[in-house]
Amino acid sequence: MTTTDVLPATGGMAHEARAAAMVWRREMIRFQHDKARIVAMLLQPLLFLFVMGTGLSSVVDTGGQVDFRTFLFPGVLAMSVLFSAAFAGISLVWDREFGFLREMLVAPVGLPAIIVGKCLGGATMATLQSVVLLALAGLVGVPYDPVLMVELLALLFVGALLLTAMGVLLSARIKQIQAAMPTSQLIIMPMMFLSGALFPMANLPDWLAVLTKLNPLTYVVQPMRAAIFDHLDVPADAWAALDPSITWWGWEVPIAAQVLVAVVFSGIVLGAAIAAFDRAD
Amino acid sequence: MAAVEVRKLVKRYGDVEAVRGIDLEVAEGEMYGFLGPNGAGKTTTIKILCTLAEATSGSAVVAGYDVAAERSAVRRNIGLVFQEPTLDGYLTAEQNLRFHGELYGVPRPLLRRRMDEVLEMVGLADRRRDLVQTYSGGMRRRLEIARGLLHTPAVLFLDEPTIGLDPQTRAAIWEYIGALREAQEITVFVTTHYMEEAEYCDRIAIIDDGRIAVTDTPDALKRAVGADRVQIRTADDAAAIVQLRERLGVDAAMHEGMVTFAVPGGAEFVPRLFAELGVRIDTVTVTRPSLDDVFMTYTGRTIRDAEAGGGPSAFQIMAGRR
Repeated sequence: MTTTDVLPATGGMAHEARAAAMVWRREMIRFQHDKARIVAMLLQPLLFLFVMGTGLSSVVDTGGQVDFRTFLFPGVLAMSVLFSAAFAGISLVWDREFGFLREMLVAPVGLPAIIVGKCLGGATMATLQSVVLLALAGLVGVPYDPVLMVELLALLFVGALLLTAMGVLLSARIKQIQAAMPTSQLIIMPMMFLSGALFPMANLPDWLAVLTKLNPLTYVVQPMRAAIFDHLDVPADAWAALDPSITWWGWEVPIAAQVLVAVVFSGIVLGAAIAAFDRAD
Repeated sequence: MAAVEVRKLVKRYGDVEAVRGIDLEVAEGEMYGFLGPNGAGKTTTIKILCTLAEATSGSAVVAGYDVAAERSAVRRNIGLVFQEPTLDGYLTAEQNLRFHGELYGVPRPLLRRRMDEVLEMVGLADRRRDLVQTYSGGMRRRLEIARGLLHTPAVLFLDEPTIGLDPQTRAAIWEYIGALREAQEITVFVTTHYMEEAEYCDRIAIIDDGRIAVTDTPDALKRAVGADRVQIRTADDAAAIVQLRERLGVDAAMHEGMVTFAVPGGAEFVPRLFAELGVRIDTVTVTRPSLDDVFMTYTGRTIRDAEAGGGPSAFQIMAGRR
């Protein structure tokens, strides 16, 4: 062994990026080891889509022109991805419990590199899981248009990043896994219900309508559904009933602006997660 | 230049003063032991030196960098092995090392070579592709030491490196640390509360209650004690203590459930003891001075007393022999 190996000085942004990439890669490696979880995570959305979706399609009035399961598809996609993403974020509580968090926090890199790597890793993993569900699109009348698929994946990634960052933010404050799990459920469930994922948001009472507009997930689910309807022959009245546009004080928010809202929200939560972490944790 | 230089270090948590003004200096290439009971302030001091905690007052320079002002540079130049495991069990040994190397910015071509070197050094080369969760406790600790060395630090901090391991594995870990010091020039700062482990160090600081009681080589410390430790079990311990003082002129006290005292030439003292004590003696143990005795000399209690009791012992049986 030689004693002349001297490390170069900290490499600035290149070094930070390299560290973030490694944290991201760790999430991917762990993901590969976790095949049982992937299967379990896929079963729930399938149940929603084919059991609940089929059961409810006879009750929910979709005007006869759109299959209820087609309506449900973006919602179920979002749901599966968001739960995986939130759990990926909360896995920091496990990292803390098993000591690995400390290995990350004592390294000579900035906290942002670690948190960003973790969040991008969780979001990537969650988005990759959705590919299996996307493969079933044809079964519920959604066309396999490559452009549509890319649009949906991109939107899912934004939503997944938001939820992973929320999970990380939670785990900065909550140190017990027993507390972190139910707390995250408590936050995700209402976000899910109020996003239009599972039922149309037309004709909601005012107070509920306000909540849906405050919910960042709305700005993920709505553009996803609009993208799907764009590729289908949906009559205007059915579109308005199933996927009413979001309005702010009477202004109809364009899809691009909705996506921007989702991206900005993700960025804010990510920033909050970085700020909430304590180096000496 | 000293590898570690600490001046008037104080750390307060609320009303509790965990570190009460520590000064120390570790030379380059030295193996420096921090010896003391749990709660003496060892881990707090190490945390400050590793930039994981901020000192309330005082200063510390590690590998030439100030721990408060140049945290990143300090981190890059130290290796850390904590008391608690910090490996990812879902990754292989290699993946754990790679993760570390990337975060510490080890250049890629060098990283591959360093991984081979450190795995070879701790004898885990053939298990490098196994998940760490399949490793035994001793193997994990070896891997952590290997990881702490991966980025060629100037100072390696080992906080209770053998805690929770069986005696055989403990001995093996120390062998690896010894071999490491022969292979490369590195300063090692180790904390322990196992007396026998402190003997591996070049110099030892005895820390008790947030202060350093004494710093010297293990041999010098033992020489300073000068007396052997005698422990006896008797039919009436209280009477024995009184008789020891009155008839034999020896101050004794209860430690670890036995009447304990120190005399020069302990073995020669035993016949006198039986002849003159006047209390029935069931067992006698004579021990040459150990670091345990050194600890007792300077703190007035055995390390086990200190951990069990918390407060300082009323008996300072060796105080007169300093």
